[in-house]
Amino acid sequence: MFDTALTTADFVFLAKGAGMTIVVTIISVIAGTVLGIVFGVIRYQLGAIWAAPLIFVLDIFRSIPLLIQLVLANAFMGTILRLNMSGFTVACIVLSMYTAAYCAEIVRGGIEAVPATTRRAARSLGMSWGQDMREIVLPLATRVALPSWIGLALGVMKDSALVYVVQVTELLRSTQILITRLQEPLLLLMICGAFYFVISFPLARFGGYLEKRWSND
Amino acid sequence: MIEIEHVRKSFGQLEVLKGIDLTVSKGEVVTIIGGSGSGKSTLLTCINGLEPIDSGRILIDGTEVHAKSTDLNKLRRKVGIVFQQWNAFPHLTVLENVTLAPRKVLGMARAEAEEIAVRQLTHVGLGDKLKTYPGRLSGGQQQRMAIARALAMSPEYMLFDEVTSALDPQLVGEVLDTLKMLAQEGMTMILVTHEMAFARDVSDRVAFFHQGVMAEIGPPQQIFGDPQHPETRKFLSSTRQ
Repeated sequence: MFDTALTTADFVFLAKGAGMTIVVTIISVIAGTVLGIVFGVIRYQLGAIWAAPLIFVLDIFRSIPLLIQLVLANAFMGTILRLNMSGFTVACIVLSMYTAAYCAEIVRGGIEAVPATTRRAARSLGMSWGQDMREIVLPLATRVALPSWIGLALGVMKDSALVYVVQVTELLRSTQILITRLQEPLLLLMICGAFYFVISFPLARFGGYLEKRWSND
Repeated sequence: MIEIEHVRKSFGQLEVLKGIDLTVSKGEVVTIIGGSGSGKSTLLTCINGLEPIDSGRILIDGTEVHAKSTDLNKLRRKVGIVFQQWNAFPHLTVLENVTLAPRKVLGMARAEAEEIAVRQLTHVGLGDKLKTYPGRLSGGQQQRMAIARALAMSPEYMLFDEVTSALDPQLVGEVLDTLKMLAQEGMTMILVTHEMAFARDVSDRVAFFHQGVMAEIGPPQQIFGDPQHPETRKFLSSTRQ
């Protein structure tokens, strides 16, 4: 049906790019979520005034376009700090902070959704602040925050396409390289889109599965 | 023994407790009645340290609840409380709701905690609901679960804050029966309630609170049969209508 110059080797090249997208996304989402939970709990616990410096820093990561963050961070690490960091490391650090900044707000919203009376009941049973957080607040907040978090993770996966500016060859960059060589943009972009879909779909379904399971509670 | 001495407590400008004195001995059942805003619920949350007090002191077996040196988490193991809103942990089954605190706070092994939980849940009539999530229970069942959850910590004192107020009328009876059973078993209890017939039935003493003051306290026969304070008379005649 298609008269194409695309070879198996090109396909493997694209798959490698997809692999890089997956690796960068997994690292950033995991690190960003852990940091986001820490920031979110601190943000909630301190209140808007005491957490103002933290809020300010997170706002920076949320409001400056990722592309600019990547370029600036790369320059900062290399030129000013004189750290010999790979583009991959810079990409993971910036994407993790970007994820953490969004995740912190999701976590805070989730915690605020847990009724104060439920927490009071936990404390009245002799549970400490930490036990209340671990056993009651975070599990309940997770249920509230899950849909937003899935949206965030999918967004980070697609935003990770921008890490090409720090010389990381991920899925979209691989596609562009092939487009330049083969001059078959439509076919290649369709294949690239299909790759993204295949990566996203399991995550979206996993979220749906968890939501359904938890709704039985 | 719970000793409440000259306790005062304000929320902003509003003084809700204006110097409360009350001593509750081991094995005694004391009911607190009074209109809304009389401070009776606030007193209960002060007793187990969920609310700070402004002055006075509360002693539980000689330990001052609001002293800085007091380990409140430890003290609360002794004093169970059940609230108007039953506050089930919705992500845990009935059995897990009851075993959580014994396991995490008392460090009990799962098997031991479950044995106690099953006993307490059977006791309150929920022995067949162990694997159910609270969302599938009626209000009365959730409230009885909350009682079992508090009892699983083997508290020496139990505080009940209007535990039947949020229930549908037909569900009130089952919870009151559970409370009655506890009273008969010798549990030391302080109850805030609007169920006058129940208060008359189970109490050793009944206290009437009015605008942050304990206006009157005495045996139920006296409070309900021959109230001394004019506000008590007014309150009781209004509840009979």
